[in-house]
Amino acid sequence: MAVHPNKNIKRVEIILNITNLGKTYNSAGKTLTVLDNINFTVNAGSTNAIVGPSGSGKTTLLGLCAGLDRSSTGIVELNGINLGDLNEDKRAQVRNQYVGFIFQNFQLLPTLTALENVMVPLELRGEKNIKARAMDLLDKVGLTDRGHHYPAQLSGGEQQRVSLARAFSNQPKILFADEPTGNLDFETSEKVVKLIFDLNREAGTTLVLVTHDLELAAKTQRIIRIKGGKLVADDHTNVIA
Amino acid sequence: MDTTPINYKRKLNIPWLFEMAWRDSRRNRSRLFLFVSSIIFGIAALVAIYSFGFNLKNDVDSQAATLIGADLAISDNKPIEASMQSLIDSLGDRRSEERNFASMIYFPKNKGTRLVQVRALKGDFPYYGSLETTPLQAGKDFRNGKKALVDQTLMLQFDAKVNDSIKVGKITFLIAGILNKAPGQSGIQAGIAPIVYIPLQYLPQTGLMQKGSRISYNFYYKFDKAVNMDKLVKKLDPRLEKAGMNYDTINIRKENTGRSFGDLTRFLSLVGFIALLLGCVGVASAIHIYVREKIASIAIMRCLGVKAYEAFLIYLIQIASIGLIGSIIGAALGSFVQHILPLVFKDFLPISISTDISWMAIGQGVVLGVIISILFALLPLIAIRNISPLNTLRISYEQVNLLRDPLRWFVYVMILGFIVVFTFLQLDSWLGSVFFTIGILIAFLILTLIAKLLMYLVKLFMQSSWSYLWRQGFANLYRPNNQTIILIVSIGLSTAFICTLFFIQSLLVKQVSISASGNQANMILFDIQTSQEKGVAALARQHHLPVLQQVPVVNTRIAKINGKTEADVKKDTTLRFSPHTFANEYRVTYRDSLTPTEKITDGEWVGHAPKLGDVPISVEDRFAKHNHLKVGDKIEFNVQGIPVSTKIASIRVVNWTKMQTNFLVVFPKGVLDDAPQFHVLLTRVPSKPASASFQQAAVKQFPNVSIIDLGLVLSVLDDLLDKLGDIIRFMAMFSIITGMVVLIASVRISKYQRLQESVLLRTMGASRKQILAITAIEYFFLGALSAATGILIALAGSWLLAKYSFEIPFNADLLPALLLFLAIAILTIVIGLFNSRGILNKPPLEILRRDV
Repeated sequence: MAVHPNKNIKRVEIILNITNLGKTYNSAGKTLTVLDNINFTVNAGSTNAIVGPSGSGKTTLLGLCAGLDRSSTGIVELNGINLGDLNEDKRAQVRNQYVGFIFQNFQLLPTLTALENVMVPLELRGEKNIKARAMDLLDKVGLTDRGHHYPAQLSGGEQQRVSLARAFSNQPKILFADEPTGNLDFETSEKVVKLIFDLNREAGTTLVLVTHDLELAAKTQRIIRIKGGKLVADDHTNVIA
Repeated sequence: MDTTPINYKRKLNIPWLFEMAWRDSRRNRSRLFLFVSSIIFGIAALVAIYSFGFNLKNDVDSQAATLIGADLAISDNKPIEASMQSLIDSLGDRRSEERNFASMIYFPKNKGTRLVQVRALKGDFPYYGSLETTPLQAGKDFRNGKKALVDQTLMLQFDAKVNDSIKVGKITFLIAGILNKAPGQSGIQAGIAPIVYIPLQYLPQTGLMQKGSRISYNFYYKFDKAVNMDKLVKKLDPRLEKAGMNYDTINIRKENTGRSFGDLTRFLSLVGFIALLLGCVGVASAIHIYVREKIASIAIMRCLGVKAYEAFLIYLIQIASIGLIGSIIGAALGSFVQHILPLVFKDFLPISISTDISWMAIGQGVVLGVIISILFALLPLIAIRNISPLNTLRISYEQVNLLRDPLRWFVYVMILGFIVVFTFLQLDSWLGSVFFTIGILIAFLILTLIAKLLMYLVKLFMQSSWSYLWRQGFANLYRPNNQTIILIVSIGLSTAFICTLFFIQSLLVKQVSISASGNQANMILFDIQTSQEKGVAALARQHHLPVLQQVPVVNTRIAKINGKTEADVKKDTTLRFSPHTFANEYRVTYRDSLTPTEKITDGEWVGHAPKLGDVPISVEDRFAKHNHLKVGDKIEFNVQGIPVSTKIASIRVVNWTKMQTNFLVVFPKGVLDDAPQFHVLLTRVPSKPASASFQQAAVKQFPNVSIIDLGLVLSVLDDLLDKLGDIIRFMAMFSIITGMVVLIASVRISKYQRLQESVLLRTMGASRKQILAITAIEYFFLGALSAATGILIALAGSWLLAKYSFEIPFNADLLPALLLFLAIAILTIVIGLFNSRGILNKPPLEILRRDV
């Protein structure tokens, strides 16, 4: 393993490395263990699903993997960067550089148009000619003529497609999706799922999605099962592309 | 794998932050404007006062010469010493001489009498400005015969016309004209002591210049060639001071007038500042709710890579921009309001005030508005730094608490520091500004505590058996995002302010009215010569009036205290006495016993002077404290040229609220009995006609005797307090309006909070009437509690002021307070219902679909 001049970055095939990960909360004087001793790695370019019953800790796991929160124990290495060494602002920059997000409730900025929502991650990176790139992405998700609409003026499916365009706008190394079809009807879900996988394949992005939907999970190459805060199964369902 | 190292020190992209602030404010701009509208009236009040202050200063500078009417004025309250006469006669190129004293005048036409300020004038004074008279030439003509100028208020009061006559002492003068304005005189001064000008040459014939009469001798000088007055008076100062004479120049008057009006405008700017602070509390509260609503958006931005301080800056830019707009609107409004201020102040101003736009005032107001809106908004804004991107997920283990940031203590310190510095700039006293800040802090704390207590009590005593409407209405007082604290603080403070003013005014007027009731004296006759003493008393008895008190008065000055002269005290600042103690003239009396309103607190009362040694005197308690005097201290008095050595034998407490003659220094009998003196007689007149008939007889028989009718004093005091009250009420109005704007803003903001709930209630079948009732109950209690708290604070404050500052019994007039209470409660309900009408008038679906 070659070591990059920047100490935080190592040349590895693994995009996400989770070691002895644990998360506890103190509530009403009691310690609540949400995640306990989780270990797994995610290879670059793979598609992965984290499944488990409600309250099993899968969304917490997603949050930790994406650097939205700090773990209580263990290590999260994203693209070779130990997130535990970084403060919240540095993690924000890591997210902006390497991570894309898709949320169950879309999480678009309500006061920004669809186009502006897609542009934000690029603007943050200080990139040029971003309008054309954002329009291109909206075109890919089939919303060319909806760019100047506000989220409240779009349907749920359209909002999720804007969210998808935004997630891919910064050409992320890894895409985290939290119940991406949870708020959509069957037909719209099908379209959105197809888009996620198509765009993912096209961009060569690693996909980690959290879902209840076993049918959706089955579309990924690997299913990580969580129960009671512990990793109970890690099934490689398909051959890694 | 991308191994490009991340540059964690990303450059701050200011234009992008502004763009995001602009984008994020979409659909919120009217709400944001509503937040800062709370500061508009505070800024308006300050800009108006500042503009008024700047114009006043310029006008005083340009009109100072007309305030004094001459280049130099010298005055003395005793006849000029022979040694000074040559100096007095040698100054200036043109000279005028004036005698100024209080005297009764008599209108033969309708037999009216009135105590006035007589000015007997010789020469062409005033050299700057003019005696403003009707007809115009009367100001000059009256000097050429037995003619007088009579103040316009007197002319109106006694229905007198030009060419009627008045009697001053023994002489009858023809009224040559109406005096509209004398140099340096304000409307209120004319009301209290109306002026009558007569030519000086006729003064001796009036018979009013008696020994012991309190006459001021004034000399006015005009220098035809430019003379450096500052240098001249500096040269003259030692001689004039030694002779006990005062002087005034245009520069001195400029400074003094500027200083006193500066004090007034500074005080009023503090009143305006309170309105601004109230508005700022409203801003902080509104921004707090705004930030809560923005948590989701901020979390999304954080997810996408926006750093904590970048998110903070986006909202700071929004608040600063809207604060700037609010301040500019406030400044524009203030520039308009300043046109009204000269009208409000007209009775107190000796000069005419211009209303030029003051860019300095506008600049100060705008800068102040932006700084203070940012400072107060910082409290909720700093919490933005702590909003976690986790809020985008469903995770909610950690509640977002916007008020737990340790940095908030730094913001509190900055706010307090700002208030202290701002008030220091107004008061020029650190102690004063710290006290003001502590006072404000205490008022806010008391109101906040009361609000919290009320919320706790409502929660505690609310019964589940009450109807849903009442429970819901009450519960709104303590539920999350309630407005109880903010409204009780803002409306409560404005109510307290207005109510305290009212209570104190009515207490003071009532106090004088009480003095005039019962068997207490309500008429004072003074300047009675020793030879007239018995005659005046006899005249009173002839009119069936009781002689309640007859007191001799001797004019004295303090020459030495414990052997130290004024010069010693000036040289040695370690001495505890003030040089002012020596500058004043003291009117003392002598008697062998204490009056019922006096009580010895230290030492021993001595009623008769011993034949040898220092004269044992009694000194009033507060006078002793103020001048650091104690029993045993030696004071040498100058009794009209004769030194009298005394020793403080006792300290007395005096009840000054009683209508009678009270004195700072009382001599025993046997020392001053033969000194030049005049007498004061106190009597009680049962009615206005009895008063008029006695005054007519007294003026006829004893023209030099002056009479103060308490009925007249009462009406003058009422008028004065009314006019002062008008000014303070005018400024307090800004606080009231701010309170109302905060109320409207709070209601509008809470509308968004309550929208979903009301819509759900409507969806479940609640009628329009029921929602209306819940809203009305909530706002009635908010208004009622705020007003009641304000009135209670006003009662407590007035009681403290009455007891410790005015030392008068407290007896509040509650009916107007009750009316104010009702008015505020009703106004709150009306504003509450008016602003909630959107919920009631629209179909639930329309609101449910709306992206709030």
